[in-house]
Amino acid sequence: MDHDQDHPLEDHLNRRSLLTRCVGWAGTAAVYSIAGGIVSSISLDAALAAGKPAARTKAFTFVQISDTHIGFDKAANPNVHATAVQAVDRIKGMPVKPDLILHTGDITHLSKDDQFDDARQILSGLDIPIFYVPGEHDFLDEGQGKTFLSHYGRGTQGLGWHSFDHDGVHFVALNNVAALKPGGMAHLGDDQIAWLKKDLAGLPSSAPIVVFAHIPLWTVYEAWGWGTDDADQALTLLRRFGSVTVLNGHIHQVLHKVEGNVSFHSARSTAYPQPAPGAAPSPGPLKVPTEQLPSMLGIRTANFVGGNGPIALIDASFA
Amino acid sequence: MTILCHYGRFAFVGALVAPAALIPPAAVTAAVPAKTQRVAIDNFAFAPQVIVVAPGTTVTWTNADEDPHTVTATDKSFHSAAMDTDESYSFTFTRPGEYAYFCSLHPHMTGKVIVKG
Repeated sequence: MDHDQDHPLEDHLNRRSLLTRCVGWAGTAAVYSIAGGIVSSISLDAALAAGKPAARTKAFTFVQISDTHIGFDKAANPNVHATAVQAVDRIKGMPVKPDLILHTGDITHLSKDDQFDDARQILSGLDIPIFYVPGEHDFLDEGQGKTFLSHYGRGTQGLGWHSFDHDGVHFVALNNVAALKPGGMAHLGDDQIAWLKKDLAGLPSSAPIVVFAHIPLWTVYEAWGWGTDDADQALTLLRRFGSVTVLNGHIHQVLHKVEGNVSFHSARSTAYPQPAPGAAPSPGPLKVPTEQLPSMLGIRTANFVGGNGPIALIDASFA
Repeated sequence: MTILCHYGRFAFVGALVAPAALIPPAAVTAAVPAKTQRVAIDNFAFAPQVIVVAPGTTVTWTNADEDPHTVTATDKSFHSAAMDTDESYSFTFTRPGEYAYFCSLHPHMTGKVIVKG
């Protein structure tokens, strides 16, 4: 791990380049809420918790990749293997080697062993720890997720949810693609929410939190199922924290939303684009002219500056 | 004919080969107006969304989308594997009733088969 740079943002991305690269600032509101006095806006218990010294934090970079859909071979992108390799090459070319990578699901298109193996082979070239959550495409085997869990379930709870800490940031991986109910949207379920409550219980409110899950935890477009029906139960547990960054995939496009101290960010796919909410008869793969495809695929870099600073997200396309 | 209806496809096949003289033609027509029914899966929707069939009817769903879909009964009484593009799933409905189903990958997609004698 290379941490000899105190200010990687300033070193590698001046303000102009940040703006021109279409930056989403995760946790912008969180900065103000902490600076403005988090204690005044939350309960006494939470305030006492917030008063505890925060875990040691330092600057680091991580990457989000999503929706590699290994195995897809239709017109919207007949070679998703190649575009996943392109993502790997982009990560290899980064000026600061990321400490870790989050894959926000739909690793495969059809949950097949050989597709999981191909994804592993492509990403193994990075030599960087990768943390996965499943997408619904990774949970469509007859065993309803057994194949995914056989590949990525070690050390996880329930149907793949888990958490870990890295340099003072608490990362929470959620599965919202299992046991979906008719007519509804994505679903976390009571077991997972009970686990989340325990997982967060011991943390001071000053701890920066990154939550990642496949389907958006905010309702992007209900008619297409782009939301999570019991997300509010999870968000209720998260609202006491000064900085919560929620990362998702699933909708194959960059969207942001800020709600108090919680900011939501959906990422591009490395495989194929999908239409903007409601802009097509269905959310199926969007066929665009071949030369336009790279501009609609990409990866996301996240720079955590340490302390209570915000996490800067940079969504870079392959164009 | 009631007995034939309740035994589904095999009984129906039997009805076809039974000597015509034993079953009045009008009764056959009334009881089995359609032996098969197709439902398309297109643009993340089941079409037709609601179908009414006679007992013994085999319903075949075919996925025309580039995304995989499933046909999963709400009460779990039947379900397909994930169907990729152009793949099909068939189920024979033998008993009268209403069978609600959905796509377990995209649960906003719902449909219903109404089986009426």
